[in-house]
Amino acid sequence: MDSRKIREDFPIFKNREIVYLDSGATTQKPNYVIDHISEFYKNYNANPHRGAYSLSMEATEIYENTRDKIAKFINAKRSEEIIFSKNATESLNLIAYSYGMEHLKQDDEIVISIMEHHSNLVPWQKVAKVTGSKLNYMYINDEFEISDEEIEKKITDKTKIVGITHVSNVLGTINPIEKIIKYAHKKGAIVIVDASQSIPHMRIDVQKLNADFLVFSGHKMLAPLGVGVLYGKKELLKYMTPFLMGGDMIEYVYEQSTTFAPLPNKFEAGTQNVEGVAGLGYAIDYIEKIGYENIHKIEEEVVSYAREKLGELDFLTLYLTPNSKNHSSVISFNVKGVHPHDVASILDSCNVCVRSGNHCAQPLMRYLGFDSTCRASFYLYNTKEDVDRLVNGLNKAYGMFKKYLQ
Amino acid sequence: MEDLNDIYNDIIMEHSMNSYNKKKLENADFCEIGHNPNCGDEITLEIKLNGDKIEDMAFTGHGCAISQASTSIMIDTLKGKTVQEAKEIIKTFIEMIKREITDESELEKLENAICFRNISHMPARVKCALLAWHTLEEMLNKK
Repeated sequence: MDSRKIREDFPIFKNREIVYLDSGATTQKPNYVIDHISEFYKNYNANPHRGAYSLSMEATEIYENTRDKIAKFINAKRSEEIIFSKNATESLNLIAYSYGMEHLKQDDEIVISIMEHHSNLVPWQKVAKVTGSKLNYMYINDEFEISDEEIEKKITDKTKIVGITHVSNVLGTINPIEKIIKYAHKKGAIVIVDASQSIPHMRIDVQKLNADFLVFSGHKMLAPLGVGVLYGKKELLKYMTPFLMGGDMIEYVYEQSTTFAPLPNKFEAGTQNVEGVAGLGYAIDYIEKIGYENIHKIEEEVVSYAREKLGELDFLTLYLTPNSKNHSSVISFNVKGVHPHDVASILDSCNVCVRSGNHCAQPLMRYLGFDSTCRASFYLYNTKEDVDRLVNGLNKAYGMFKKYLQ
Repeated sequence: MEDLNDIYNDIIMEHSMNSYNKKKLENADFCEIGHNPNCGDEITLEIKLNGDKIEDMAFTGHGCAISQASTSIMIDTLKGKTVQEAKEIIKTFIEMIKREITDESELEKLENAICFRNISHMPARVKCALLAWHTLEEMLNKK
């Protein structure tokens, strides 16, 4: 399998002359997904779970079949353990409100890592504030990894919730989530895994991991924007109160009281993003067709080439673990003396798309001692030529600033 | 590409790298912090007035070349002006960036700050160029 061949499936690379290195923010979409979404509107569009006519039934079928597909994809025990949301952020807020707010008490502890995205951090600040619980952090070592000692120091008998990103969206570090889950369970805590940056790149098996909750966004794995997933163990979801109230999540509604629908509808209020859900299903088909093994092979080749080539630039500081087996496909860097926003603008003038800024991880930035970085993130359609063009762009950026640097 | 060299020109680069306006003011009358949360740019503007006149101004903080240079060049332009004159120049600068200027001669009062004219071709950087000007505008309105 060759990424140059895979690129042909993605129309944006025919339409725009770009080197796209921002898949960590959102991935480009293959024709297979785009065409099926268009097909949905041409042939199947209706409000699911509503009408008694066959078109609505077919829309319902597409929606519910995708739920089954996702359950199978991440090896959930039951389809009702899959809840659709708008994105990983909404999934995390659902857990914070419907589980965190209800279960935490004064002096309980929530433990998250310092590399969390704001979406797995700010909701927990709120839960801690409202419930009187404490929010503690697992910090990273000089190799940008969480050590075993840190895990065992921070997760205590008082810990009730552990939130951990599988892969850091800034550093690309792959966290030892199996170890964290095992240890947290030993201490009686439940674990929430943010798989947004991992599931596009590696197989997730929620039963093998024994994760209590796991969330991800569709748009970072070839699906459309605006669809996300929450996986939760049935024994937890069952006893949680609904997050959003409204249509479709109810059983009986009286003037002063309501009984709620069973799982999963209890957590899916209002008309859902059926197009997005269907698109996510097709994205999964596409990923399965290519195969995680092939995705891994492509990325390993391109990312290790990027590590090597970027490593040769002496004006560059790279923020990544030296242990390449613990590193996914995100590379953060800075050009010495040049602000990342300026670097990104100069790269943009070379049609190279990278992200610059704090990557929704301000506490991590502060912990590492800087305000922002440039970030190149790779996916199955990136090639070694993309890396070469990034390197050329960086040489240009440094060249422009060099004579002004003291 | 032409736009890029237009933006990263000598005036902007020199102001952004080692500006003489980047320092703490002794006895500042007013101080205001401005920031762009998305890029992490943050500046603190300090101003010293003499009656209605801006006697001195300086800044500290960090950010990209555009935001730093824009702050420094703004200070050069507005030092010695009255508060009313400064407000008018700020308004003109913002209008220039938003391409709302019809009378070219109005731009003359911007002095060196005119070098940010083409930033409107780089929409991602407009916020960087405007940071200091919005911050000062707010400070003068509060005064």
